[in-house]
Amino acid sequence: MEDLLEILEELHADVDFENCETLIDSAILDSFDIVTLIAEVDSVFDVAIPAEEIIPENFNSAKALYSLIQRLDEE
Amino acid sequence: MILITAILLCIVSLYLAQKLLMPKYSTEIFEGALIEDYYNETTDHQVVFIGDCEVYENFSPVTLWEEYGITSYIRGSSQQLIWQSYYLMEETLSYEKPDIIVFNVLSMQYDEPQNEAYNRMTLDGMKWSGAKAQSISASMTEEESFLEYLFPLLRYHSRWSELTADDITYMFSKKEMFHSGYLMRVDTKAAGSIPEGKVLDDYQFSDVCYEYLDKMVELCEKEGVQLILIKAPSLYPYWYDEWEEQMESYAKEKGVPYVNYLEEIAEIGLDFSQDTYDGGLHLNLSGAEKMSKYFGAWLKDNYDLSDQREDETLAGVWAEKTDFYEKMKDDQYRELEEYGYLKSYGAREVIE
Amino acid sequence: MLFTSYSFILFLLVVFILYYCIPKIYRWVLLLLASYFFYAQAGASLLMFLLGTTISTYIVSMQILRLSNIQKAYIAENKAILDKTAKKEYKAKIKKKQWRWLLVCLFFNFGILAIFKYTNFAIDNVNNLIAVFGGTKQFSFLDLVLPMGISFYMFQTMGYIIDVYRGTAKVERNIGKLALFVSFFPQLIQGPISRYNDLSRTLFEPHAFDSSNVWFGFQRILWGFFKKLVIADRILPAVNTIIQAPEEYQGAYVLAGMVFYAIQLFADFTGGIDIVIGIGQIFGIEIAENFNRPYFSKNITEYWRRWHITMGTWFKDYLFYPISICKPMRKLSKWSRNHLGEALGRKLPVYISTLVVWFVTGLWHGASWNFITWGVLNGVIILISGECAPLYKWFHKRFHVENKLWYAAFQILRTFLLMSSLRLLDCYRDVGTSFKMFGTLFSNWNYEVFFNGSMLKLGISVADYIVVLLGVLLLLFVSLRQRKGSVRQQIAAKPIAINFMVVYLLLMAIIILGAYGIGYDASQFIYNQF
Repeated sequence: MEDLLEILEELHADVDFENCETLIDSAILDSFDIVTLIAEVDSVFDVAIPAEEIIPENFNSAKALYSLIQRLDEE
Repeated sequence: MILITAILLCIVSLYLAQKLLMPKYSTEIFEGALIEDYYNETTDHQVVFIGDCEVYENFSPVTLWEEYGITSYIRGSSQQLIWQSYYLMEETLSYEKPDIIVFNVLSMQYDEPQNEAYNRMTLDGMKWSGAKAQSISASMTEEESFLEYLFPLLRYHSRWSELTADDITYMFSKKEMFHSGYLMRVDTKAAGSIPEGKVLDDYQFSDVCYEYLDKMVELCEKEGVQLILIKAPSLYPYWYDEWEEQMESYAKEKGVPYVNYLEEIAEIGLDFSQDTYDGGLHLNLSGAEKMSKYFGAWLKDNYDLSDQREDETLAGVWAEKTDFYEKMKDDQYRELEEYGYLKSYGAREVIE
Repeated sequence: MLFTSYSFILFLLVVFILYYCIPKIYRWVLLLLASYFFYAQAGASLLMFLLGTTISTYIVSMQILRLSNIQKAYIAENKAILDKTAKKEYKAKIKKKQWRWLLVCLFFNFGILAIFKYTNFAIDNVNNLIAVFGGTKQFSFLDLVLPMGISFYMFQTMGYIIDVYRGTAKVERNIGKLALFVSFFPQLIQGPISRYNDLSRTLFEPHAFDSSNVWFGFQRILWGFFKKLVIADRILPAVNTIIQAPEEYQGAYVLAGMVFYAIQLFADFTGGIDIVIGIGQIFGIEIAENFNRPYFSKNITEYWRRWHITMGTWFKDYLFYPISICKPMRKLSKWSRNHLGEALGRKLPVYISTLVVWFVTGLWHGASWNFITWGVLNGVIILISGECAPLYKWFHKRFHVENKLWYAAFQILRTFLLMSSLRLLDCYRDVGTSFKMFGTLFSNWNYEVFFNGSMLKLGISVADYIVVLLGVLLLLFVSLRQRKGSVRQQIAAKPIAINFMVVYLLLMAIIILGAYGIGYDASQFIYNQF
């Protein structure tokens, strides 16, 4: 989870990623951020997030994103 | 229930909107109101003329009355096509049984729908009947649709930006302009040289037109009405010899009288420097009166038509008609003197 | 059939009556028959295309399903002996097979689209290329008929099969229902491009007659007709006059043309979509919105989230993300981060994907360089405005105009003019002319034409302008009210007399002020060509 927060903070230093739950709904993360995120996640966690998982539910909070990464890792 | 009132209100307002937006033909193109005028007649007629502008400009029923006591009506309209004439004939016969129906055969040359505007002028004025529906179907050009005849509002709605006071004045009844279907013009424009007709590929009248002519013959036979075919003495459009031949042989074959008045111009006494208002296309008042006197005499000689001037009711009705006729004649002459042209009767100012 | 034609109105009436007369469970079948009937009006042979896409998609979806079932069975059977890596390997194998089936479907269908829509464009370019190199061989164009709505139904269906492959959509086993999803007549000619998961529920569910749905749907259809007939078709002659004679109409005329076209396109396209959604609603079917007051957008990125929404999201989900996060792209990104610097490396996949998506978007709009240029320009401007973000941040910190009304108005106006300028590429049939005409806005100082009556010589009269102006004001009013919530709900809350008056006036306005009938060409919805 720490690693994930690090990645996120690199995108936007001034956002409280630990607690924010509306990253997509409030347009804090845009599609450019998501692409970068996915590339970073791949390189750091070795997990490839497929296009169909790019939905608000998975990206609205760091927690949701982390559980997505864990789930994909299990499969 | 509220829904029913709402729907009724819709229907009524659409009906009124339609009446408001339909053209009134009250300041120009008066011929658009001709067809509708028939339904104002209160008495029957011995003779009914049917056809295009060569009937409604070349015959004067009032003259026929004054000279011979013959009652007549002209059911004419601009560029009336033969099937439109047939259906008008059918429709007229549902209202009355004249002794004679006269049909001008110029329209034998048109075998397909021609022009939306002329269609409208002939068809919109008809009251709804099977004949009208059939006439519409036969007349529609590509761009027209039956729905737009059923609800003319769909065709004329765009007139909202051209509305004038007349559209309200004549919303439910048109301006009185005609004399038993005759459209009066007293002005004169001498005929110049009329060009020979262009050479055509095919002079044969089409089957469609012959079909409708046959139907006319049959209809009149069935109804016991004498059909008379004529070619009115208009110098233009050009009447080809080949067409003349066809009409003569048709008439002979069917045993129907056919007279080409172009061949009797001298006998009629027509002088195309005086008797036409548009250089030979149509006769003016003096021409129409001459034509009517001549034609009336011929009718009297050949057919058993009683002089109706004894009949009180008819005399009354036709006295009114004659009165209106004289009044308009005077008014037209006055305008001719004052303006040099018939300003309120559809003529254009002639700039020398 | 055009929406705004007597025959379509009659058709809709008949289908509507039948729909609520037959048992609920058969209603979707009626819609299928109606859709095929509707499509056949454009030419019975064109039904082949619908069938081709439906059948190929069905077969492939069944194959993908079959493979998934095999996978499930195999894994369940061999639970004990399969470890994590073996399971992953096996799944990957199956996935590859499914991927091949998907490719078959995509190639077949997009191939049809490519052939019928883009062959002549390709031939034209080949010919030009040959000429550039001094050759004389010229290939002749093919006489191909473009199946109506192919760009819309094709994308909608391909979205479905991709979802099936991804496992996010359940396979539709009933080929009839799939056929309806492909051909649903209100959406067939200009979208919106729906997702299977959203549309299938509402499309196949039996719907009871709901008078408020019918009433609201009817109002929406009327509103669409109003926009289309009273506004769009009325201003169209002026637009055509200006853009069909670029030599004559320059400078101020181009500005007029831009604004008129912006009005015309908006009224025409959103009006058409209103009719589509309204039709859905009278059948109890919920169709996705495609516009969200786009002319109130403050920048180009926002605009593309509010204009032709379903196209934007389709390209985002099925093209932008797949390209930007695919392995090759990630490899490229890594490489460029190491060789071109961190910042550029991060941006590269996004930039490339954005330009690709906009290239395709342009191409989707039309088989010509105008549209491609238009698309790419949109993409470039979006990227530039993204690059300018730090600049804007500095500006707003310095000047504190963010929440001022006049600044918002400036942003809206700026975006409106920007999008209208880009649309010049839509108007003039080649790129050079479009740029030249844009240039004349500044070089031809003939703005007196707005005051000397020249505007009345474009094919429309003062009365027409007044009607358009009033129409636009009404549009504006409704859009502003919409921010408080559904306008129809707002009306419904008022007394019944007001309800009646609104619908009555709308209906009368359409019948009397509509630019239809003899003397008006029933202009095709602009997007019908797609």
